[in-house]
Amino acid sequence: MDVLDVARLQFGVTTVYHFLFVPITIGLSMVVALLQTMWRVTGRDAYLRATKFWGHLFLVTLAMGIVTGIVQEFQFGMNWSAYSRFVGDIFGAPLAFEALLAFFLEATFAGIWIFGWDKLKPSLHLACIWLVAFGTAISAYFILAANAFMQNPVGFKFNETSGRAELTDFWAILTNPVALSAFPHTLFASWLTAGMIVIGVSAWHFRRGNDLDVHRPAMRLGVLTSVVAGIGLVVSGDALGKVMTSTQPMKMAAAEALYETTSSAPFSVLSIGNLSGSHGTPIIEIPGLLSYLATGRFGAEVQGINDLQAQYSAQFGPGDYTPYVPLTYWSFRAMIGFGMLAVIIALFVWWRTRKGAMPQSRWFWLIAVWSIALPFVANSTGWIFTEMGRQPWVVFSLMLTEDGVSPTVSEAEVWTSFIGFTLVYAILAVVCYKIFAKYARKGPPDAESAKASASGPDDGDSEKPMAFAY
Amino acid sequence: MDLTTIWFIAIAVLFTGYFVLEGFDFGVGMLLPVLAKSDRERRLAINTIGPVWDGNETWVITAGGAMFAAFPVWYSSLFSGFYLLLFLILLALIVRGVAFEYRGKGKGEEWKVAWDRAITICSYTAAFLWGVVTANLVFGVELNAEHYFTGSVLDLVNFYSLLGGITFVLLFAAHGASFLALKTAGEFSAKAHALSWKLALATAVPAAVWLIWTQVHSGSTLSGVLIGLTVVSLLASIGSNLAGKDGWAFTFTAATIGFAGFGLFSALWPNVLPSTVDPAYSLTHESAAATSYTLTIMTWAAVIFLPVVLLYQGWTYWVFRKRLKLDDIPA
Repeated sequence: MDVLDVARLQFGVTTVYHFLFVPITIGLSMVVALLQTMWRVTGRDAYLRATKFWGHLFLVTLAMGIVTGIVQEFQFGMNWSAYSRFVGDIFGAPLAFEALLAFFLEATFAGIWIFGWDKLKPSLHLACIWLVAFGTAISAYFILAANAFMQNPVGFKFNETSGRAELTDFWAILTNPVALSAFPHTLFASWLTAGMIVIGVSAWHFRRGNDLDVHRPAMRLGVLTSVVAGIGLVVSGDALGKVMTSTQPMKMAAAEALYETTSSAPFSVLSIGNLSGSHGTPIIEIPGLLSYLATGRFGAEVQGINDLQAQYSAQFGPGDYTPYVPLTYWSFRAMIGFGMLAVIIALFVWWRTRKGAMPQSRWFWLIAVWSIALPFVANSTGWIFTEMGRQPWVVFSLMLTEDGVSPTVSEAEVWTSFIGFTLVYAILAVVCYKIFAKYARKGPPDAESAKASASGPDDGDSEKPMAFAY
Repeated sequence: MDLTTIWFIAIAVLFTGYFVLEGFDFGVGMLLPVLAKSDRERRLAINTIGPVWDGNETWVITAGGAMFAAFPVWYSSLFSGFYLLLFLILLALIVRGVAFEYRGKGKGEEWKVAWDRAITICSYTAAFLWGVVTANLVFGVELNAEHYFTGSVLDLVNFYSLLGGITFVLLFAAHGASFLALKTAGEFSAKAHALSWKLALATAVPAAVWLIWTQVHSGSTLSGVLIGLTVVSLLASIGSNLAGKDGWAFTFTAATIGFAGFGLFSALWPNVLPSTVDPAYSLTHESAAATSYTLTIMTWAAVIFLPVVLLYQGWTYWVFRKRLKLDDIPA
């Protein structure tokens, strides 16, 4: 493996890892904000206890999301310095906006929210968690606007003299159709992630009969979040698919391993056999569905890999412009499949626990708890599909991935950082999981201590300890 | 003033702001083994920065993002050139950030001690390496005609850059001690107070050598004035401390870092990364810059949003203005 391969591997590993935590942060901050709002509105202790419980779990993962995020920003310059020069004029701005408009909001108000239970008026304190939730969401928007430029470059011109892409229309960057459909898709995926975590953790306590007054409303909120997210994912995913077909037809063809241009193209749910050169053998095939996903019409023509490859060779010069098809094919299916399965399980859990019902089956609860993993698989495979489907381009039609890598960084350096990040990330994954599981099992604080630590600002110089301390 | 100059100043402000703010929370981490012997004392120290360290760290993310947007070539050359140093800084920031959150969430005393040790080691590492990075940035490195760094990491380790690293460590430790003296009460505050001026005095020697060296090597009138003010601030911090004025002592350690940061950046000007191979290969604020269109958009964003950020971040410090006592730390 050379510098390029290791740099790509490192980017893949660190990005997928970072994105394990991002959806939790986006989704759980909203769940916590909703629970705290319900407490403020109803005044019921159960909601306060739920807020405290879920707030604690949110913090366990927030730390991981933040620290792994710094790596992401530095990596562009460290490993992809040629890319950074080529698109920095365009790509840097949304990153700077993200830091200025979103990260400051998120980090600062998270600090106030965590430590400010007894320092702020309750309504102001509630506003802080909403600002955190808002900050995480707009951070997603800006980074997706930056990523959208890589998928579908807009608002720029190529400067022959400087040899780089230069920004001509920032509004076009912010309203890139890829960004506008990827943003809601990512938000809904984050809500589904949070929803499934809430369902799973609540289910664990349900089975043991712990604090049902706290976990029952939380589970209802988890189901509601998951189902709303599921509907949103289908709608936004459909829109994203159509945008993708018009901006990156090769990615859509590679998603289905569609080699020949086809009218009424079918969608194979699963298939066996060789996908790298000839057709695989579909096990279940839905006629016309690919055409519908791509264009909105069942009878429409969908361009195949072979035609697109020929077209790109003519346009950009000889070369292989096809992504690695087995990976795009299976990651696309895994994303949809595991995401849909999560929503189905959320509905199933709701059906079986509605009106205070309490299923006795051990399997029911095991499935509910372990389904927490489903949205994570869907999120990871979704990003793997999006970014691997873009290959061999780092910026579609403008710059090849191999041309973006840092020219002067040595193989030894990239190996060092790749191994270093992977090891530290692996250790932290174990630590984070154990702590999360420990606090998830521990359950919410009792009503007395929850209320004692949410009493609002001191009147004068009282000697009570901090409401929250590391 | 043209936009590239404005953005050079903005980058200087962001990095200097980062060093002023995260400087004291690095300092707190470094001083844990010295000032805080018991777990309760360590918790006291850590909780003085608990609500703010993450917001402080956001300054470097913003500085990096702004550099990427305003000076893509600077960002690209600096980050790829200082690869291993930045990798180690990242590891230190990762472990340190997680350590604050996780130290109290495991089992037993050993767990806490291990994470506290990690906080200390990572605070030293990050502070020292930021000093090494800054020193190399100002002094210049082997850049080729394409403005890429062609040396190895060993070329970045020399007497001058080590002096920069040592200065950063001592200065941040002094800053952290003056912060702890200000933000705690009772015996703990007295301990921090007694240590603060000694650390400031110890900083004076390497800082003076390093900064005068910088001034001789690449200084201007402006950088000379700023470096002079750095020395004055450091002395003023010692004086305020000895006069028992913790608030002023902290203000002056902050000012010391501020003046030093601006002094270093003004010594760098008009370059953003000098080449030691050939001055023609040096990156300047003009050759590294983004287009004026991008810079204009960035300027509007900064003019509108940076004051808002400063307001709410300032408000955090107001909310948590009370000195912490050992009794405040819950059991």
